[in-house]
Amino acid sequence: MREIAYWQAINEALAEEMTKDPSVFIMGEDVAIYGGAYAVTRGLHAKFGDERVRDTAISEAAIVGAGLGAAITGMRPVVEIMYVDFMGIAMDQLNNQIAKIRYMFGGKTKVPLVIRTEGGAGRTLGAHHSQSLEAWFTHIPGIKVVMPSTPYDAKGLLKAAIREDNPIVYIEHKMLYNTKGPVPETEYVLPIGKADVKKQGKDITLVSWSLTLLHCLKAAEELEKEGISVEVIDLRTLAPLDIDTIVGSVQKTHRLVIAHEAWKTGGFAGEIAAQVMEKAFDHLDAPVSRVCGADVPMPKAPNLERLAIPNKETIKKAVKELLA
Amino acid sequence: MSTSIDKGTAIFYLQKMMEIRQFEDKIMDLLAQNIAEGGSHLYAGEEAVAVGAMAALRPDDFITSTHRGHGHAIAKGGKLNELMAEILGKATGCCKGKGGSLHLADVSTGNLGANGIVGGGLAMAAGAGLSIKLRKTEQVTLCFIGDGATNQGVFHESLNMVGTWRLPVIYIVENNLYGMSVSVKRASAVTDLAKKAVPYNMPAVTVSGQDVLAVKDAVEAYVKNARAGKGPAMVVCDTYRYYGHSRSDPRVYRTKEEEKYWAEQDPIKLFSAKCVKEGLLSQKDVEELDKFVENEIEEATKFAIESPLPGDAELYTDLFA
Repeated sequence: MREIAYWQAINEALAEEMTKDPSVFIMGEDVAIYGGAYAVTRGLHAKFGDERVRDTAISEAAIVGAGLGAAITGMRPVVEIMYVDFMGIAMDQLNNQIAKIRYMFGGKTKVPLVIRTEGGAGRTLGAHHSQSLEAWFTHIPGIKVVMPSTPYDAKGLLKAAIREDNPIVYIEHKMLYNTKGPVPETEYVLPIGKADVKKQGKDITLVSWSLTLLHCLKAAEELEKEGISVEVIDLRTLAPLDIDTIVGSVQKTHRLVIAHEAWKTGGFAGEIAAQVMEKAFDHLDAPVSRVCGADVPMPKAPNLERLAIPNKETIKKAVKELLA
Repeated sequence: MSTSIDKGTAIFYLQKMMEIRQFEDKIMDLLAQNIAEGGSHLYAGEEAVAVGAMAALRPDDFITSTHRGHGHAIAKGGKLNELMAEILGKATGCCKGKGGSLHLADVSTGNLGANGIVGGGLAMAAGAGLSIKLRKTEQVTLCFIGDGATNQGVFHESLNMVGTWRLPVIYIVENNLYGMSVSVKRASAVTDLAKKAVPYNMPAVTVSGQDVLAVKDAVEAYVKNARAGKGPAMVVCDTYRYYGHSRSDPRVYRTKEEEKYWAEQDPIKLFSAKCVKEGLLSQKDVEELDKFVENEIEEATKFAIESPLPGDAELYTDLFA
């Protein structure tokens, strides 16, 4: 199978869905002529023109809120927020309008809206361009949260997201854009809300998503050589959470480590741990362990940035401690 | 009369204004009796704005409403029974009892909803305007906002987007002089709110919000332009709410003299007097209409009170499509 980069997989999903459905359009900061800050929309403006690939002003509230207005009046917008860090400006639109409008209206409207954004550390960009804020979004009922780790998942899940009649926050990771992986040339769509067991194992379950998932796979590979069999689950979608896949794995391995780049306090690992205790407490042979981001604003210095997020070694250490 | 209208039209405008007034008076009454619970921001006094503006629309045009949205919902064609039931949180309400006063919406009439957030409809209206442009229809979107919303950040982001892209959005600014208790003078760097359209390259006009025909004429002219692809505009309507911001408001920030002044500019009295003076309606026509509306409101109230609350199973429905 051919291998393409993560950014390219997303680009293909956008192009295919725009070709298929004239109600799909893109807007955001620098998405048209420039092709996106991380070049994800490159070529789309030339292909689809000014009306369907729209550069906006630097106005996150208007971008996200106008996405809602267009979505409830017959369009299927894909709006881009350049960095997830900028979602703060648009949070009223997301929390008070987008997530609630269908419920508040007694189900009498649909919101086919995708908010594409990107997050994560790794480029020493400091505190305003490196965050992992998914827990903000998973806390809000009424939106779905998708965070793919591979080009294959990125393409299939974005296509599904664009076809959904519900609002979706789709978060890419800046350090994944140039990672490559197999992506079929034939069309496919992946289900939202379904985790993927990326590696089978029997001694311990490792749950993660986005970039940290790749660290988990490398850690699992090395641990395998030391005789520890790790099952690695890629959540892919955080909301709705595929808790059944996690519980099924824990019933087999009896041990659970959750790894994510976001802050530990109030992070999504806490939610997973609580649900596993509610549903599979008797199957646990050890406390659930979390490997998470340090509870500090992301520092600039590269050594401090590295210390602030999980990596292969810290994940391996957590696994070994749990098995000790 | 600023425009010539026929008797049927006069009756229609008067009826809609009376419906709003009596609807709001009834809710105040229900709140006092604790039959209606929670908050309600009442539109009494501002009827000519909603009715005049909506008179310029087609049924398939969109509106976004405000923090004070009952009048817009009625004027846009919402059913009184369903609106009253919604305010009481009943299963028969237009939002199945899940929205309430601050979230009155009826998408089937093009009403994209009142909003619990001041200025919450602004970005949505820009998106509805963009959707019209992309779908190449001749619809328009009326974005109702109060004077208070013109100070929100999203007001400026949204008007900039609409102005830049020349979207078919008309802003109807209901300047009732106070954002809750704080007067326009104390909250806004400019008190002539029409000036706030200028930086976004859209024309604006200020009219009496007590004069239903003046509102209609101003909105109609801009709507015609917007349908022809000539872009957005703003109509500032000077008006006044009779009740306080909400039921708990003792109105200490305004004077009795001011309230009396505005009571003399009552939009329903002004319009019915005009119609009678010009021979379009008789005093008897007006009285009969008032009685007719009273019956409508009584029926809506009875319907709402007798309707059931939503079933417990409704708690988790309607979250996702």
